[in-house]
Amino acid sequence: MPMTPDTRRQRESRTGWILMTPALMILALVFAYPILRAFWLSTFTQNLGTQLNAEFSGLTNYARLIGDSRFWQSLWNTSLFTAFSISLELLIGLVFALILNQTFRGRGLVRTVALIPWALPTAVMGLAWAWIFNDQFGVVNDLLIRLGFIQERITWLGEPTRAMLALICADVWKTTPFIAILLLAGLQSIPGDLYEAHAIDGASPWQSFRHITLPLIAPQILIALLFRFAQSFGIFDLVQVMTGGGPAGATETVSIYIYATVRRYLDFGYGAALVVVTFLILIVAVLLTAGLLSKTRVNLTGD
Amino acid sequence: MARLELQHLRKQFAPHVIPVKDISLTVEDGEFLTLLGPSGCGKSTLLRLVAGLDQPTHGQVIVGGTDLTFQPPGDRNMAMVFQSYALYPHMTVAENISASLKIRKVAASEIQQRIGVVSEKLGLNHLLDRKPGKLSGGQRQRVALARALVRNPEVFLLDEPLSNLDALLREQVREELKQIFNAQNKPVVYVTHDQTEAMTLSSKVAVLLDGMVQQLDPPSRIYTHPANRFVAGFVGSPQMNFLELNCENSMARVGAFSIPVPTEVGERSQIDLGIRPEDLRLAQADETPTFRGRVTLVENFGREQLVTVQVAATTTKIRMVIPPDQEWDEQDIAVVLEPAKIHWFDSKTGDRVTSSVA
Repeated sequence: MPMTPDTRRQRESRTGWILMTPALMILALVFAYPILRAFWLSTFTQNLGTQLNAEFSGLTNYARLIGDSRFWQSLWNTSLFTAFSISLELLIGLVFALILNQTFRGRGLVRTVALIPWALPTAVMGLAWAWIFNDQFGVVNDLLIRLGFIQERITWLGEPTRAMLALICADVWKTTPFIAILLLAGLQSIPGDLYEAHAIDGASPWQSFRHITLPLIAPQILIALLFRFAQSFGIFDLVQVMTGGGPAGATETVSIYIYATVRRYLDFGYGAALVVVTFLILIVAVLLTAGLLSKTRVNLTGD
Repeated sequence: MARLELQHLRKQFAPHVIPVKDISLTVEDGEFLTLLGPSGCGKSTLLRLVAGLDQPTHGQVIVGGTDLTFQPPGDRNMAMVFQSYALYPHMTVAENISASLKIRKVAASEIQQRIGVVSEKLGLNHLLDRKPGKLSGGQRQRVALARALVRNPEVFLLDEPLSNLDALLREQVREELKQIFNAQNKPVVYVTHDQTEAMTLSSKVAVLLDGMVQQLDPPSRIYTHPANRFVAGFVGSPQMNFLELNCENSMARVGAFSIPVPTEVGERSQIDLGIRPEDLRLAQADETPTFRGRVTLVENFGREQLVTVQVAATTTKIRMVIPPDQEWDEQDIAVVLEPAKIHWFDSKTGDRVTSSVA
């Protein structure tokens, strides 16, 4: 029987859906179900007070969250950590990328070596940094005393501001290479003759950097921001290993607080509500960046 | 007045990498100089030395009497059109054109006015708000040209600006380029490997090989009086025939046939003969042919036929152009060489040894 174009298209579309079904099912299983489950759980009270029985309580958990100063403190800590670490990483990463983009002897080796911090497991390097900032045996105190900046050993991880500083330091050390490599890829996609044309147009190197380099690596900068924001906002391992959220909750991030709520206080319903709120904040930020990203995409080759 | 002078320019990258060996040239106002040569002859490097994108190992670049050798590219008041166009992909056409003016802090109203003039001239008015990615190859080429023209520079440099266009468009743009730069009355240096562009556009052509100027002459003279075998072979399509011949008593031998060698060439045992395919013709019935031979290949170009003839009793092959209406005997074709059209070259140095070409 001959098929009209319409029925053929219908059939093709049906085949398409059939072929996509396994992938969609896996997506539903690993993404949609946990998310919906967390929403569902957050409308129950299920903790030691209810003898771990789930009791439906509507939006009570969310109401409690609004008045929970510890949550707001952890959100503030996380934001602080995220803002400072990402800004520093972008800045230093860009400098690294610009250096690695130059031709010099042994560049390949330097590029590989530069990636090592990124390749180390966070828990391992976190421990190392905890020792580096250790007040009795740490190399930071040792150096500062030798150089005469301080007379007495400083407690780095035991004081709120300094503990945060140490965390940011460690995170910058670990993640800067990742951003550098990402930005380097962007730099290398810029044709050299653009700079030559700009030089002939009379531009100084700084003008070329501002008017050619920065706009053309804007997509890579935004991708780096997106990745780093999502990672940094959910930071857990580094904080857990270096400070455990202390002293006195001064470095407690949202993830650490959620972990404590669920695993230590066994408050599953409230923990779920915390997860949902964090999730929403992350989603909004990611959508914002993705929106910006789609605007900055330019066609480098012009084709 | 801004004559461009290049004095003994040399660029050496490594002991044996010397793309430009020793080149001196002068380009007057309104002169269109083409640097013509095969890839690797140093023509692009030379242009980059002029633009200041590379520093010469020694030698000077002088414009209007001022030594610019150590000036950065932006301070030379030269505009360059790149082979790739090098348009800024994130800027609109208008921003691309005006970038140099903005950097030089030209007043906004004047920038607007100059963009208007140039885009009018090149037909870019309706494209000013587009980004280069949305333009066709020909349009991009125009933007690159507009970017150079808007600056009103002292010298124009063009690096194979037509090589990324398709054949038909190339012909159109070639004509436009000629008109535009005729009107500019500034020195123009144009790099190409395409002899048609060189012949049609230039007032002077410098043929380059191995970092040296082989010949510097007006296009017609390059064609009629090539200075050596290389120039003779590089310019002209289909390519000139070259025969390496033995000489005896002022006669050059091709198999059983002989061609008289002009007296000014002198007595030699060996000589290279060059003759363009269009300077050969079929012998008339009552004429003594220079040689006879057998046709081995016919390529029909419509307007003419390119016929390859193997000289009788030799392995020597000569290509000749025959009008489409003429007929010949495949097995025994009779060919005449006009003595006045023959180029004689020294068999060792390849240099031209006579100037007796009409």
